[in-house]
Amino acid sequence: MSSLSYAASDTLVIAVRNLKRIPRQPDLLTAFTIQPIMFVLLFVYVFGGAIQVPPIYDDYTDFLIPGIIMQSMAFGGFVTALSLTDDLNRGLIDRFRSLPMTQWAVVAGRTVADVLTNMISLAVMVVVGLIVGFSFTEPLGEVLLGVLLMICFGYAFSWVFAWVGLVSSSPESANAFGFTAIFPLTFVSSAFVPPETMPAAIQWFADINPFSTVVDALRSLWVGGPAGNDVWAAFAWSIGIAVVFATITAHRYRRAVLARAG
Amino acid sequence: MEGTPAIETEGLRKSYKNVEALRGVDLRVQRGTVLGLLGPNGAGKTTAVRILATLLPPSGGTARVDGLDVVDDAAELRSRIGLAGQYAAVDENLTGFENLEMVGRLYHLGRARSRQRATELLERFDLADAGGRVVRTYSGGMRRRLDLAAALVASPPVLFLDEPTTGLDPRSRIGLWETIEEHVAGGNTILLTTQYLDEADRLADRIAVIDHGNLIAEGTSDELKDQVGGERLELTLCDSAQVDVAIAALTEIADGPPGSDDSIVSVPIRAREGAIVDAVRRLDNAGVGVDDLALRRPTLDDVFITLTGHVAEHENGDRPAAETQQELEEAPR
Repeated sequence: MSSLSYAASDTLVIAVRNLKRIPRQPDLLTAFTIQPIMFVLLFVYVFGGAIQVPPIYDDYTDFLIPGIIMQSMAFGGFVTALSLTDDLNRGLIDRFRSLPMTQWAVVAGRTVADVLTNMISLAVMVVVGLIVGFSFTEPLGEVLLGVLLMICFGYAFSWVFAWVGLVSSSPESANAFGFTAIFPLTFVSSAFVPPETMPAAIQWFADINPFSTVVDALRSLWVGGPAGNDVWAAFAWSIGIAVVFATITAHRYRRAVLARAG
Repeated sequence: MEGTPAIETEGLRKSYKNVEALRGVDLRVQRGTVLGLLGPNGAGKTTAVRILATLLPPSGGTARVDGLDVVDDAAELRSRIGLAGQYAAVDENLTGFENLEMVGRLYHLGRARSRQRATELLERFDLADAGGRVVRTYSGGMRRRLDLAAALVASPPVLFLDEPTTGLDPRSRIGLWETIEEHVAGGNTILLTTQYLDEADRLADRIAVIDHGNLIAEGTSDELKDQVGGERLELTLCDSAQVDVAIAALTEIADGPPGSDDSIVSVPIRAREGAIVDAVRRLDNAGVGVDDLALRRPTLDDVFITLTGHVAEHENGDRPAAETQQELEEAPR
């Protein structure tokens, strides 16, 4: 076998390893399924009535579902941060590093596993969305392009969280980073409320926030509305984030391994 | 390559920002033998293993394992070594079988061969019944056995066992010693690190003693014990001010320099028979009050007192604290 096919096989072995543990850790399974459902129901039935949306959307549900799916995709990779921190602290990364495997497959396999779990969350949320009144208005091709966008975007954030996991000394600090840095950014965007209702300075930020770009693109692909160049910008953001964080994560991997474990 | 040693280091050094973890270590392990690298926490044992297992680059000197340089030939070397550590690095959420199969796949043995090896090793390490259970449910001893099995998946010619029994209760420790003797040590080249003299004594053909990054003694267990002086009489005095009086009283039966630490006096003795009665009589005549008195086998502390003139420094916790700190501070390469 060539080194490239070894790399692919190593990545797959690590991805399978990460997927096998999901059904054995019920809290993880909850994170992928129950949590997104809870968010949909909370926003639709608790905040929904109070939030005015632009008239091009039928109701708040049509506005909200793309937003909440985007946020869930961004956080799908969070498991990567937790599990890499865990592997480092338990010395598993030491074992992997002593094996003749492709070294970056440890992180790549972890992120590949996220793609599958993100697809599960995505499916669950779409179904729940349809139940509470969401409906696709655009042609099937665009809907599928939106699904593709979410998978790319979620994958990009797997690399963000891979980096977070490697720089964090414990699952708690990874958690703190996720919820103090990234969580608020998803709110100061057009994900849950139209930025027009925000104070000027915050509105300015929400308008340039890439989370807004991505969610606006998703809305235009699923329920119509002005997208402009948002669709291509959204893909560009996703690819850019993935490339940047994959690069710094690969660099950090070696250092994190040197700095800890064993 | 028959003639070359399985492990050979020359002037191996590792320095972190302000501390030298290894200060020029020369090691040589012949094929098919077990070397016990003995030392207290923070002595540099783990650093040495991490360099030899390609996890850490040395700051100076050279190291060759199975004829391959640990830096230049690292990638090729990894298929010829097995590592089992003090952390029992196995995936808690996989079964024993899945863990071994995964390691086999990552050694690039292929699916069929990996499964076959997993089954064989579970059988060999007395884990066949537990093979289908997730590791989370395993006892400490079972995890260590699985960790050892994982190191053997690819039948590598050189094995590193980093403190294989640290943290285990005495019974599991003896069980693991038996496992290592029966299933691991036979014919394999092993470098084993340990803090326990009795562990090195039992498992190793030769023992190298390391302290503050320096190799301070090397030889067979008997050779080392000769330096330490066999059995020792250890007494706890009622009054630490009487240490000198007690040592003077016991000079005639001593078989080497006595050691003392606060109110504890340790004296190597020539003959076991009658030693206690003799000592009590002499101490009584000298008017020394004794709180406790016992005969015991040499320990790592005795080796240290004899070889370095100071008591081995024991730190708390699972890890050598100094090394952790140094590694944390290390800049990326």
